[in-house]
Amino acid sequence: MYRVVVRRMIVPNIHELTVAAPEVTNAARPGNFVILRPDEAGERVPLTIADWDAAAGTVTSVFLQVGASTSKLARLKPDDVIPTYAGPLGNDTEIAHFGTVLCIAGCYGIGSIYPVARSLQEAGNTVYVLIEARSRYLLYWQDKLRGVCTRVIEITRDGSAGYKGHITRLPEILILEKIKPDRIIVNGCTFLMMKASEVTRPLGIKTIVNMNPIMIDGTGMCGVCRLTVGGKMKFACVDGPDFDGHEVDWVEFLKRRQTYNPEEVQPLRRSGCASHY
Amino acid sequence: MPVKIDPKKRPMPKQEPYERVRNFDEVALGYTPELAREEATRCLVCKNPRCVEGCPVGIDIPGFIQSIVEGDFGAGIRRIKEKNALPAVCGRVCPQEEQCEKVCVLGKKHEPVAIGRLERFLADYEAASGTIERPDVAQPNGRRVAIVGSGPAGITVANDLALQGYDVTIFEALHEAGGVLTYGIPEFRLPKAIVRREVEYVKGLGVKLHLDFIVGKTRTVDRLLEEFDAMFIGAGAGLPWFMEIPGENLNGVYSANEYLTRCNLMKGFRFPACDTPLKRASRMAVFGGGNVAMDAARTALRLGADEVHIVYRRGRDEMPARIEEIENAEEEGIIFELLTLPLRLLGNEHGWLTEIECQRMALGEPDGSGRPRPVPIEGSEFRMEADAAVCAIGNSPNPLIPMTTPRLNVGKKGNIEADPETGQTSRERVWAGGDVVTGAATVISAMGAGRKAARSIHETLGA
Ligand SMILES: Cc1cc2nc3c(=O)[nH]c(=O)nc-3n(C[C@H](O)[C@H](O)[C@H](O)COP(=O)(O)OP(=O)(O)OC[C@H]3O[C@@H](n4cnc5c(N)ncnc54)[C@H](O)[C@@H]3O)c2cc1C
Ligand code: SF4
Ligand code: FES
Repeated sequence: MYRVVVRRMIVPNIHELTVAAPEVTNAARPGNFVILRPDEAGERVPLTIADWDAAAGTVTSVFLQVGASTSKLARLKPDDVIPTYAGPLGNDTEIAHFGTVLCIAGCYGIGSIYPVARSLQEAGNTVYVLIEARSRYLLYWQDKLRGVCTRVIEITRDGSAGYKGHITRLPEILILEKIKPDRIIVNGCTFLMMKASEVTRPLGIKTIVNMNPIMIDGTGMCGVCRLTVGGKMKFACVDGPDFDGHEVDWVEFLKRRQTYNPEEVQPLRRSGCASHY
Repeated sequence: MPVKIDPKKRPMPKQEPYERVRNFDEVALGYTPELAREEATRCLVCKNPRCVEGCPVGIDIPGFIQSIVEGDFGAGIRRIKEKNALPAVCGRVCPQEEQCEKVCVLGKKHEPVAIGRLERFLADYEAASGTIERPDVAQPNGRRVAIVGSGPAGITVANDLALQGYDVTIFEALHEAGGVLTYGIPEFRLPKAIVRREVEYVKGLGVKLHLDFIVGKTRTVDRLLEEFDAMFIGAGAGLPWFMEIPGENLNGVYSANEYLTRCNLMKGFRFPACDTPLKRASRMAVFGGGNVAMDAARTALRLGADEVHIVYRRGRDEMPARIEEIENAEEEGIIFELLTLPLRLLGNEHGWLTEIECQRMALGEPDGSGRPRPVPIEGSEFRMEADAAVCAIGNSPNPLIPMTTPRLNVGKKGNIEADPETGQTSRERVWAGGDVVTGAATVISAMGAGRKAARSIHETLGA
């Protein structure tokens, strides 16, 4: 059993969950995920790791409340216990000295990009973080992110903070901000990762995405997390979850992501993401 | 001496097919004491019993059968447990027709003795009596052994070493112990209460069980070796293969592991009481002819599928499944499309499977596996409708441990290389056995490998 330390809503529909799991803390790296179950009847839910505290032995994730299982998670209170918290799973996000790196994040990814940016900066890169949401009140962790990068750039669909519009404005933003990234890393909902990959392709900038398919075990056992990358079948949990965004078959991925839509409590479109997947 | 031998085995009492396809309860109900004794009297108590040679762990078969004849069931189960720590499991899932019963002398003229059913009878009898005998555990010897994986291989090593006084910890990636016995083999063939009972039994011997712990990820093999004197890797062959034909990523296409895990481990058959969904299929096709294929097909039927087809590229005689399970599947109305090869899967605009294009095959010359090679018949392509398909064509070990363990030699399919006699790997203090070494095989062979490794670990550490 694992003890919940913090569970709070950061912005509407997006929650922080911090759990005491010292074994996971010791091995956690940027890009990894955990698999947890809210209760004995619950599904195994994968959540990307957004932070960890080695001294306290805790691991933090940020999640979007969409269906039955995340609604259960959203009801957890400090000192509740959950039956499963396994990880860290997945390969680490590649951290090296690339030069200039632009991290793009939306939705829960604003949380999970944090350790990525931190490690990249520690590795001597010039790091920019671009965060994206429908409106200003859905952005979070700006101060935390400012601590691990040169500049945080915002983009909102209604223009209430930073640039107005969607990630498709990226080429123009890069010019206005005078950023020439050697690498781009995107975390967040599928739609953001797909759109970002589309606009960076003509720019010829290597774009890494942290894929978030349906999962069960997270150890390569069930194959539900499979996707096509560069024409080959890959299992996100053991071959990824980071892949080259220019090689992912996004159309197929989006369809697979929707397999259980009718079974899920229909996602509430409150978060303002163009897609919840 | 019985003068005349009954040529037939006592039939196994079973749930009626029309009834059982609507529930997940065990199909085979087991022998009564009377049936068991009648069956046991068929054994000739051979001087050089061939059955014992056919048993991968060398159980004293005529010995335990005689105990049944004498009505001393306690002595019988003790006899079995000298060699086999999981008789309730093996009695149910071993391919006896390929092992002990295949070579039983009675089998030359008649049906062989129903050894598997008798083994199961004794194990169930002991469990029902409520007093499971526990052998004496040796004094703690202060040595610590880590076991990766709680399947039959890992449980066997844990059992054997705990009895000899070792401090044993099993690390299991999933949230429940048992390996394939828990997540793969369905309730109607192997009730989970039995698996849990066996796991509780080894815990009762002092074995610690650490769930949600992925060796290679949560901690690496090397880090564990800092704390443990030895390690046994019994991580199984969990990574499912696909056929590498077009359309396999369509929605409605599953690996057998996914389909069975949703049902068995995650209790998807209770959706929505349990949160993991499992869709009801109308027409399902299952690719493969082994136990895994039979289990997936029969599970689909119980979940309410209208029609379930097993699509297998060779003939009935070549199917690797236990004969009893093939018969059960036939009785339950599974449709067998034998000598048929799926070529591609077709879907609709939403990415859902709708049809499968197949081709008929003929049997040709034997191939590397000794079975006749299926050869395609030109122009025999046809399409079958299906809204779900399960791929049950095999598995190999997952890469988590090899990826993170330097100098651990692995073979082409990711199998860990280990000495077949001792289980010793290329790494000092590391042993391996079961499916992770052989690729997908059987419960009893995993246990056999575990037993050998436990002996070798004891020889190495005990010295
Ligand atoms: C559906 C199905 C039906 C079958 N039917 C039969 C049958 O009727 N008769 C028969 O004899 N055999 C049958 N088999 C095969 C049999 O179950 C296997 O051969 C046997 O279970 C192998 O045992 P094992 O201990 O090697 O591995 P497994 O039972 O696979 O157990 C391995 C365990 O290790 C865990 N693990 C993996 N990686 C890690 C890691 N890195 N860290 C921690 N834990 C890890 C896994 O989660 C798993 O619990 C069947 C298999 C399947 C899938
Ligand atoms: S070979 Fe058959 S008849 Fe002979 S001892 Fe074994 S079970 Fe009995
Ligand atoms: S989640 Fe099961 S194989 Fe990746």
